[in-house]
Amino acid sequence: MRNLTAHYFPFATLAVLLLTACSNHEEGTAIRDEAAANSIFLFGNSSEPPSLDPHINTANNGNRIITTLIEGLVTYHPSNDNIAEPGVAESWTHVDNTIWTFNLRKNARWSNGDPVTAHDFLYGYERMLHPDLGAKYAQLLYLLKNARQFNEGTLSDFSQVGAKALDDHTLEITLEGPTPYFLGLIKHHSWHPVHPPTVEAAGGMTKPDSTWTRDNYVGNGPYRLKEWVISKIIKVEKSPTYWDAEKVSIQEVHFLPIDDINTEDQMYNAGSLHYQNTIPTHMYPIYQKEGDPHLRVEPWIGSYFYRINTTEPHMADKRVRQALSLAINRRAITKRILKGAHFASRSITPNGIEGYEPPQTADFNPKKARQLLAEAGYPNGEGFPTSVLLFNSSEQHKQIAEAVQQMWLNILGIQVELRNQEWKTYLETVINLDYDVARAAWIGDYVYPDTFLTMFRTGDGNNNTGWSNPTYDRLVTDSMQESDPQKRLSMLAEAEALLMDELPIIPIYHYARNYRIDPAVKGWYPKLTDNRNYKHLRLEKTP
Amino acid sequence: MLTFILKRLGQAIPVLLAIYTITFFMIRLAPGGPFSDERKVAPHIIERQMEYYGYNEPLPVQFVNTLVQHVKLDLPPLTSHIGLTAADIISESFPVSLELGLWAMFIALMLGIPAGVVAASRQNSWLDYTPMSLAMTGICLPTFVVGPVLALVFGIYLRWTSVAGWAGPIDRMLPSLTLGLYYAAYIARLTRGGMLEILSSDFVRTARAKGASEFRAVVVHALRGGILPVISFLGPALAGLVTGSFVVETIFQVPGLGRHFVLAAVNRDHSLILSTVLFYASLIMLANLAVDVLQVLLNPKLRYK
Repeated sequence: MRNLTAHYFPFATLAVLLLTACSNHEEGTAIRDEAAANSIFLFGNSSEPPSLDPHINTANNGNRIITTLIEGLVTYHPSNDNIAEPGVAESWTHVDNTIWTFNLRKNARWSNGDPVTAHDFLYGYERMLHPDLGAKYAQLLYLLKNARQFNEGTLSDFSQVGAKALDDHTLEITLEGPTPYFLGLIKHHSWHPVHPPTVEAAGGMTKPDSTWTRDNYVGNGPYRLKEWVISKIIKVEKSPTYWDAEKVSIQEVHFLPIDDINTEDQMYNAGSLHYQNTIPTHMYPIYQKEGDPHLRVEPWIGSYFYRINTTEPHMADKRVRQALSLAINRRAITKRILKGAHFASRSITPNGIEGYEPPQTADFNPKKARQLLAEAGYPNGEGFPTSVLLFNSSEQHKQIAEAVQQMWLNILGIQVELRNQEWKTYLETVINLDYDVARAAWIGDYVYPDTFLTMFRTGDGNNNTGWSNPTYDRLVTDSMQESDPQKRLSMLAEAEALLMDELPIIPIYHYARNYRIDPAVKGWYPKLTDNRNYKHLRLEKTP
Repeated sequence: MLTFILKRLGQAIPVLLAIYTITFFMIRLAPGGPFSDERKVAPHIIERQMEYYGYNEPLPVQFVNTLVQHVKLDLPPLTSHIGLTAADIISESFPVSLELGLWAMFIALMLGIPAGVVAASRQNSWLDYTPMSLAMTGICLPTFVVGPVLALVFGIYLRWTSVAGWAGPIDRMLPSLTLGLYYAAYIARLTRGGMLEILSSDFVRTARAKGASEFRAVVVHALRGGILPVISFLGPALAGLVTGSFVVETIFQVPGLGRHFVLAAVNRDHSLILSTVLFYASLIMLANLAVDVLQVLLNPKLRYK
């Protein structure tokens, strides 16, 4: 025992010294001010990305980092999602929105100094579509001619897929049909090139768990990977080989994977971050009331809605579904529960898509709701079976579900049982149509209505309602071959109007992005897609 | 002693095998799998992923394959950290958890033992009631309450530390304190109990009768026996500190193994779940073995059994 006590004392002294030493930590200066002075952007990035491979990643936290490391043909404009900012391509032309020719800039370089060529893009497309790689988002490339066949393995000759290099710096892409929003689509990293020799050296094109991103990240973006410590930090630094390096102002971006939103909130309050990805729902009304100048609430291309299982006999009648929708007071939900953080909606497609006015379903109307339910054979809810309202475990989904449950009971007299499930279990239950009503959300991939509308076609993998309507299918599918942009949008509007009448889904609200950002970050504008190109940002110390 | 240790290590093998079997089948029974996503993934893609990650074999074959991989320490690839294996995750994050656990243990012992000794030697006085009520409070307050409060006070009001992170030495303070306080409370109560028993025993009375000072009687003579309950608690406590710090790691943004342990289950990363469970199980068994050895060394009564 004497020995043990003797051992303790030096440790104790050390600990005391350590604690005193640390109390000298500069008082008052927030970490982010110091970082801003060194041109380091501290970014709260929700959680550890599973991969930084542009062809493997499907998560938004990975998307943000990849966008700094690899550049596609075109890239994100600082403020407008309808504009394509030149990336590796300096110019392009198209014939009928179907055959696209891109002229690649000759000074584009990989981070090891190699030139970026049209062949690197072809290598990327082949890799993304190769059945052996098993890329989850391969479908995003299906609008390339013959891409689907190649990905499904019925076509093995990649040269028949609609992409070819006319020379080292000219790329010609042939699509299945006219696609007016094509430039918006190829901003996504699934269309980005990779450096072929690097990928080959790490096990080849089609190795599903290739480690090139972890061992030797060669990119062509404005930044290059500096450090990656799992679950701790991912640092990217300005790339000297980037063709437009003189425009890149911020020297480093540090992406912090912060799983817990309350921790992130405290870190932001303590001045350890420039960007807070998520605001805890209970804090939102406080910051809003205080008029926090860091708080941002901006429309986002996403929808929160309820799916209805139309294969259940009592849900098969559209009058029942209309009654359910008419009995939901959406404004009460957004005002009382969401405190104005999101916008009540009566359409699946959000507002803000150029040239498209989303058709809306009828507004809250208790009398009409009761009448429709009676017509369907359930006067005052009599005889209506108790239904299950499913949601994935979350306090906010629960509050909304409780409100809807109450509205349906009070207005329609029907009983609803709430059921919450953990995320992966919930996904399985929805796919198996083992529910009556289920909470759902969808964030658009690009700024065009069909990113919300194609999934409700008969048998689509994301339909998950059992709903099927031949007129709807025809309108959506035909619109994809329509080359007149005006006509195309009106066909989609017609389809959405039909969807909002049939209501296999009930819209509740349109998402807003709620986050906080330090005013020292300049060049950060509201964006419908929330995708940004960090090369346009600057960090300035505000007095 | 050597036979004792070898015997205990031999017993560990069937235990690990049982843990492996139970875990393997439990995670397979859980709904949802590693390849499901919010967006529908084409069936032929899922098929390819399942083939690559070894899910296409019949279940008994998978059971044996995975077992062999673990025995050979050639771990299967992960689905939630593409390109890594559980060995990469454990070797990167376990040292962090271990460091946090050791600091917490250090704090727990430095606070708990003196508090328990003082309380026992001044039984039923304010010196007893005060630390013991504090200890009871410490046991009752969960870490997810203590943690944010400490962060608020030291990180935001006083600005002595950052509220979360694991960069500099100062970042160790709050998580270690949060984790350590809880165990300090336990240790204080155990020390007090052990000390009370020993202080009333004959050899302490003899020591006092022979003129030993109060300090010598308590610290030199009684503590050696009184601390035994604490020693037997140390094994599970150390294992608990190192493995059970998920909440603290999350609150303070510590890149430790506890977070991976829980997130692996959320992401249905079967390989990571299995490997971390086996790793933790081995760790707990080793910690218990170490404690048993230590007890024999400290307690002469056990030495001859």
